Amino acid sequence: MTLVTGREHYQRIARFWIKIFAVSFGMGVASGVVLSYELGTNWSRFSVVAGNIIGPLAGYEVLTALFLESTFLTVLLFGGNRVPRWLHTLSAIMVALGTAISAFWILSANSWMHTPAGHEMRNGVAMPLDWWAIVFNPSFLYRLAHMLNASYLTAGFVVLAVGARYLIAGRHVEEARTMLRMAIGLLAVLAPLQLFLGDQHGLNTLKHQPVKVAAMEAHWDGSKPGDFHIFAWPDEQAERNRFEISIPRGASIILTHDPNGLFPGLTSVPPQDRPPVKTVFFAFRIMLAIGFFMIPAALYGAFLWWRGTLFTTRWYLRVMAHTWWIGFVAVLAGWVVTESGRQPWIVHGIQRTADATSPVLGGTIATTLAMFVLVYGIVFSFGIYYINRLIAKGPQAQATEPPRAPGSPLSAAHDAGREALGRG
Amino acid sequence: MESQLPLIWAAIIGTAVAVYVILDGFDLGISALFPFAKDDETRDQMMTSIAPFWDGNETWLVLGGVGLLVAFPPAYAVVMPAFYLPVIVMLLALVFRGVAFEFREIAGHKKLWNAAFAAGSTLAGFCQGVILGGMVQGVRVENGAYAGGAFDWATPFALLCGLGVVTGYALLGATWLVMKTEGPVAERARMQSKLLLLAVLGFMAVVSLWTPLAIPRIAERWFSLPNILFLWPVPVVTALTAFLAWRGLERGRDVAPFLASIALFLLGFLGLAISWFPYLVPPSLTIWETAAAPSSQMFMLVGTLFLLPLIFAYTAYVYWLFRGKVKPGEGYH
Ligand code: HDD
Ligand code: HEM
Ligand code: HEM
Repeated sequence: MTLVTGREHYQRIARFWIKIFAVSFGMGVASGVVLSYELGTNWSRFSVVAGNIIGPLAGYEVLTALFLESTFLTVLLFGGNRVPRWLHTLSAIMVALGTAISAFWILSANSWMHTPAGHEMRNGVAMPLDWWAIVFNPSFLYRLAHMLNASYLTAGFVVLAVGARYLIAGRHVEEARTMLRMAIGLLAVLAPLQLFLGDQHGLNTLKHQPVKVAAMEAHWDGSKPGDFHIFAWPDEQAERNRFEISIPRGASIILTHDPNGLFPGLTSVPPQDRPPVKTVFFAFRIMLAIGFFMIPAALYGAFLWWRGTLFTTRWYLRVMAHTWWIGFVAVLAGWVVTESGRQPWIVHGIQRTADATSPVLGGTIATTLAMFVLVYGIVFSFGIYYINRLIAKGPQAQATEPPRAPGSPLSAAHDAGREALGRG
Repeated sequence: MESQLPLIWAAIIGTAVAVYVILDGFDLGISALFPFAKDDETRDQMMTSIAPFWDGNETWLVLGGVGLLVAFPPAYAVVMPAFYLPVIVMLLALVFRGVAFEFREIAGHKKLWNAAFAAGSTLAGFCQGVILGGMVQGVRVENGAYAGGAFDWATPFALLCGLGVVTGYALLGATWLVMKTEGPVAERARMQSKLLLLAVLGFMAVVSLWTPLAIPRIAERWFSLPNILFLWPVPVVTALTAFLAWRGLERGRDVAPFLASIALFLLGFLGLAISWFPYLVPPSLTIWETAAAPSSQMFMLVGTLFLLPLIFAYTAYVYWLFRGKVKPGEGYH
C-alpha cells in the first residue's frame, strides 16, 4: 500500500497492524507447535489409521507455508532498514500468502476427515490411492472458500471497530478514516458473499453428511418437509423439539429449493450414530445470527459512505465500535457446527472418535489438560492485555519517528514498538 | 526404489532434527544463560541477538514431528504416548518462552517474563534431553502400541541426558554470544563458554561409557570387529574438535568457538545415529517396520526434495541479512 501511494499515513497504519499481528503470531506459533505434537500424544490411534493421508497433508503445510511465514515475518518485523522497500512489501504479501497456503493444507486434511475420498482401507489402515482426489476431496473447496472468507470478515470487523473507536474519541482521525473506508469496502462485498458460500457449503454437506445437516436444522422426521426453526429446544430423548418458533417448510426451501422437498431426518440413523444435536443446532444458529447481522451492518456502512456521512453518523460508529469480537465468535461457532456435527466419527465412516485416542491413562490426561488450560489462560490473557495497550496507544505514536542515521540497525518497527509502549 | 524410501526418510528426519537441535539449541541456550546475565541491558542484547531467528528455528521442530507422522506413523503413535509427559511439558515450556519475546515488553512485568523465558527454555531443553535418553534406552512395545507406564522414561540415565542437553545448548548459546556481541557481554560469554565446554565433554564421556556398558546391542555395534576399524575416528575427531573450540576461546576468536561447538553437536549426533541404526524406536521397531504407505512417502518426498533446498536458501538469507554484531543499547523493540 505504501509502495503504491507513498503516503505517510498508510505506512503508520501498516506498522500499527504489523505490530498487533506480531503479537497474535507469537501466540499462534506457540499454540500451533503444540497442535502438531498433540496428534501423537493424545490421538495416537488416529495417526495409525489416518497417518498415511493426514501426515503428508500436514507435511506439505510445514514445507510450503510455515517456513515461508516465519522467514518473511522476520523480514517484515526486523528488516525495515536492512532491506529495500519493495522486499519489505513483498514480505507482507508473502506472509499473507503463507497463511492462505496454511489454510489450504490444514483445511484439506480437515475436510478429508469429513468427506474421505481417494483411499482404500487395508487392515483397518487408510491407504492412499489418488492424491488429487484426497487433497480435493468433496467438501474441501467449499470449506476453504467459506473459511478464508470468514477470516477476512473477522479481520474486517476488528479494523472497523478500532477505526470507529478512534473516530468517536477524535484521535488519529486521518488513519481512522482510512481504516473505516478499507474495512467497509471489504465487508460490503464479503459479508453477502459469505451467505452464498455458506449456502453452497450446506448443500454440499447435505449430499455427504446428511445427518449433520439434520442436526443443524434439528430435523427429526425425514418423511415430512423440514421447517426452519428460528428457535427450538431439541429433546434427544423424545426425538422431537420443544418451544419451536419456525418458518414452515423453510429448511426444505433452503436445502431442496422446493417447499415440499424431503431430506433425511435424524431418526434415519440409530441414536448412537447421531451427533450431539443441541450443540450443533445452537452453534449453527449463532453463526447464522452473526452472518445475518454482518450483511446489513456492512451494507448500511457502504450506504453512509456513499451519502458522505460515514464519519459523522455517531450511532453507527458507536455500534460498530463494539463489534470487534463477532467474527471470532462466528468462526468458533462454525467450527463447533462442523466438528461436533461429524461426531461420533473422527474420520467420517472410517473411525470413531472413541477409538482414536492414545493408550494413556485418564489421570495423566486430566493433569495435562489442566496444565494446558492454565498455561493458555495466562498466555492469552496477557496477549489480549498487550494488544489492548497497543490499540489504546494507536498509530499516532509512530508518526514521531526519531531521525535515523543511514544504515542504523534500529529498524522502524523497533522504534514503533518502543514508542507504542511509552518508553521511547 | 521403494525399499530405499524409508532410509531416505530416516535421513531427512535426522537432518531436520539435527538442524533443529543446532538452531533452536543456541537460542534456547541463551535463554538458559539469562539468570547469569549481569543486568537488564545485557539481557536486552542477548534477546536482540536471537529475536529474528527463533521463530524460524522452532519451525524445524514442527518439521521433525510432522516428518515422523508423514513417513513413520506407527512410530509416531508409539513415541508420543511413551513420552507423553515430557513432550507435553516441553511444549508448554516452549509456549511460555515463545510469547516472552513480545510480552517482556509489557511495562511492569519484565521480571516475570524474564523468569518465564529462562525457565521455559531450560525446561524445554531438559525435556528434549530426557526424551533422547529414554529413546536410547528403549521403549516397550507390544502389538505395535506403547506398552509401558506413564513414567517409564524417568530413569537416572534419561535425567542425566536432560542435564547434558541443557548444558550443550548453553554452550551453543554462549559461543553464539561470543560471535554476535562485543564488549563485556562477549567477554563474560567467553568465560562461560569455557566452563560449559568442559561440562559438555564430561557429559559426552559419561554417556559414551554408560550406553555400551548398559546396553549390549550398542557395545556390540561399536566394539566388535570390523566395526571398530571404521568407527575409531569418531571419538578422536570429537576430541580434536573440542580442542579447537578451546583454542578458539583462548585466542579470542569470534566465530571459531561457535562453529566448533556445532561440530561437537553433530559428532554427538553421528555417534547416536551409529548406535541407533536400523531402529526408529529401539529396541523393537526398525525403520522398515514402521514405514508409511510407499505412496505417502513418495508423494511427500517429491515435494520435500524440491522445497527443502529452497527453505535452506531462505533460512540462510535471513541469517545473512541479520549478520554482524549486536551493538550495546540496541534493544529488541
Ligand atoms: C484457516 C487457518 C488455520 C487452521 C485451520 C489451522 N491453522 Fe495453524 N496457523 C494458521 C492457520 C491455521 C496461521 C494463520 O498460519 C497461524 C496462526 C497464527 C500464526 O501466527 O500462523 C498458524 C500457526 C501454526 C503453527 C506455527 C507456525 C510457525 O511455526 O510459524 C503450527 C505448527 C500450526 N499452526 C499447526 C496447525 C495444526 C496442527 C492445525 C490443525 C489441527 C492448525 N494449525 C489449524
Ligand atoms: C450467513 C450465512 C452463513 C451460512 C448459510 C453458513 C453456513 C455454514 C455451514 C452449512 C457450515 C457447516 C458446513 C459443514 O460442516 O458441512 C458452516 C461452517 C462454518 N462457518 Fe458458516 N455460514 C454462514 C456465515 C458464517 C460467518 C459469518 C462466519 C464467520 C465469520 C462463518 C464461519 C464458519 C466456519 C469457520 C465454519 C466451519 C468450517 C467449515 O466447515 O467451513 N459462517 N457455515
Ligand atoms: C469444537 C471444536 C472441535 C472439535 C470437537 C474437534 C475435534 C477434532 C478431533 C477429535 C480431531 C482428531 C484429533 C486431533 O487432530 O487432534 C480433529 C482433527 C482436526 N481438526 Fe478438529 N476439532 C474442533 C475444532 C477444529 C478447528 C477450530 C480446526 C481448525 C481451525 C480444526 C481442524 C482440525 C484438523 C485440520 C484436524 C486434522 C488433524 C491435522 O491435520 O493436524 N478442528 N478435530
